[in-house]
Amino acid sequence: MENRIVLDSLHKSFGDLKAVNDVSMTVEVGEILGFIGPNGSGKSTTMKMATGYLKADSGTSTICGVDMEVNPKEAKKLIGYLPEGAPAYGEMTTIGFLNFIADIRGFYGKKRAIQIDKAVERARIKHVLHQQIDTLSKGYKRRVGLSQAIMHEPKILILDEPTDGLDPNQKHHVRELITEISKTTAIIVSTHILEEVDAVCSSVLLINKGNVVLNGSSSELRSKVESNNSIMIKIDPKSTEDLKRLLLTIPSISKIDVLNETESNVNINIYPKENQVILTEVAKIIADHKFPVKDIYQNHIALDEAFRKLTV
Amino acid sequence: MLGNIYIILKRETKGYFSTPLAYIFISIFCGLTAAFTFYLGAFLERGQADLFPFFESHPWLLVLLVPSISMRLWAEERKTGSIELLMTLPITTFEAVIGKYLAAWVMIAIALALTFPMWITVNILGSPDNGVVMSSYLGSWLLAGQFLAIGSALSAMTKNQVIAFVISTAACFIFVMSGVEAVTGAIEGLVPNYVLSIFSSMSSLDHFYEFVKGVVDLRSLLFYFTSIVFWLLLNIIIINIKKAA
Repeated sequence: MENRIVLDSLHKSFGDLKAVNDVSMTVEVGEILGFIGPNGSGKSTTMKMATGYLKADSGTSTICGVDMEVNPKEAKKLIGYLPEGAPAYGEMTTIGFLNFIADIRGFYGKKRAIQIDKAVERARIKHVLHQQIDTLSKGYKRRVGLSQAIMHEPKILILDEPTDGLDPNQKHHVRELITEISKTTAIIVSTHILEEVDAVCSSVLLINKGNVVLNGSSSELRSKVESNNSIMIKIDPKSTEDLKRLLLTIPSISKIDVLNETESNVNINIYPKENQVILTEVAKIIADHKFPVKDIYQNHIALDEAFRKLTV
Repeated sequence: MLGNIYIILKRETKGYFSTPLAYIFISIFCGLTAAFTFYLGAFLERGQADLFPFFESHPWLLVLLVPSISMRLWAEERKTGSIELLMTLPITTFEAVIGKYLAAWVMIAIALALTFPMWITVNILGSPDNGVVMSSYLGSWLLAGQFLAIGSALSAMTKNQVIAFVISTAACFIFVMSGVEAVTGAIEGLVPNYVLSIFSSMSSLDHFYEFVKGVVDLRSLLFYFTSIVFWLLLNIIIINIKKAA
């Protein structure tokens, strides 16, 4: 059996609104795909189609070779899913809820106790087991949802904003957990916290208004922004012209901007061609000619900025 | 399949009894049926050893009380989002619909069973025909089952429980009223006779009275059975349509 999830050109419209327009992705066991996009961009709708909650207008979701449309029951057995907002039956206790999930997942006897224990351990919800779910904090609710999704150790795990509402420690823990699980699981994580993409994801799929904007790595996402790997130099204004002239001899530099000129300081921003790293060449010129540089650093584009540029 | 239905039934039943819902429903049902029997039905004054005044009130109480149970069946799942969890677990829509329906129907059975003091009372006061009492209970449970199926299907259409309650009550009310002479009399002449006879043969009330008379008629059994199957099928279809919408 192939251990992967394949979404093939999913489409979904609600009336005139094209919520999801031709979204495809393949995630193999061992990979974590960060599924990002602004609110309302179609992330949740895509995940709902992938997990068989919504029926796609066209396109398929194939879970380890099983088509969700053709054989939903089998496909759903292979998936663990944390829906948006981590819904659960609020009137139940945590353990009551997990027992129900274990029943549905077909665990009984010793195996059942082991799977529940493991899920409880991994999600760290041991001390809220006998609390009613409605009375739990947002963070705990989210973790109860997570424990439900991972209980049967699915080959495919789909998490819709798993760290939403968690404090920084809990976020860190959930990311560790996701990384640990990913060794044996193909994971799709939707988020709008971009640090998460850098922290855990092996690839990124960015959608906006239902359309795929980018499918690649987080460095590819960064490279979509012009100022990536640009170099900022702070220098005495007297040397500016000389430095500029010499820098322009470097072939991989595309342009140079002079900013914030004052009596004593000027900032020079150097943009490379195609996001190449030009730090060595620039440093060499500065060292060879002993320019009085006061500060120098390379700009890494924050994913946030790339995200904004691609989706606004 | 039976396994999953049972698991859902068990979860739902636990849900009813871990909140005040079941206790309130059962107390109110028992309280109101008793009140109706003694005050409106003049149980003692009639001087007859039967439970007719008791069962006579059931259709009218069930019209209001059953939708109060059924309104939450699907509307609440939609409201809280738990329907997304439920429908992405490896179960079919059929299993979910039947499991939830049966749990509610079992709770109504418990409520009916807990009216047993009425039955004991009438047996102390006289010697009623207990066969008639049993068939009346069956009729009442089937009537509740029909209302529940209607309510469950209509509850699947909305995430608003109040809307679910109001339209379910109205629908159940129509099924009861279609047997009342004042209503059939009012539309007599306005519609062709065969429409009128179809309309009044759909009356839940007429079939219920068969049971209360002690007649367990195959046609009445079939009426409730097909009605329940019809509405539950509609329930499944509504959920599947919503999935594609």
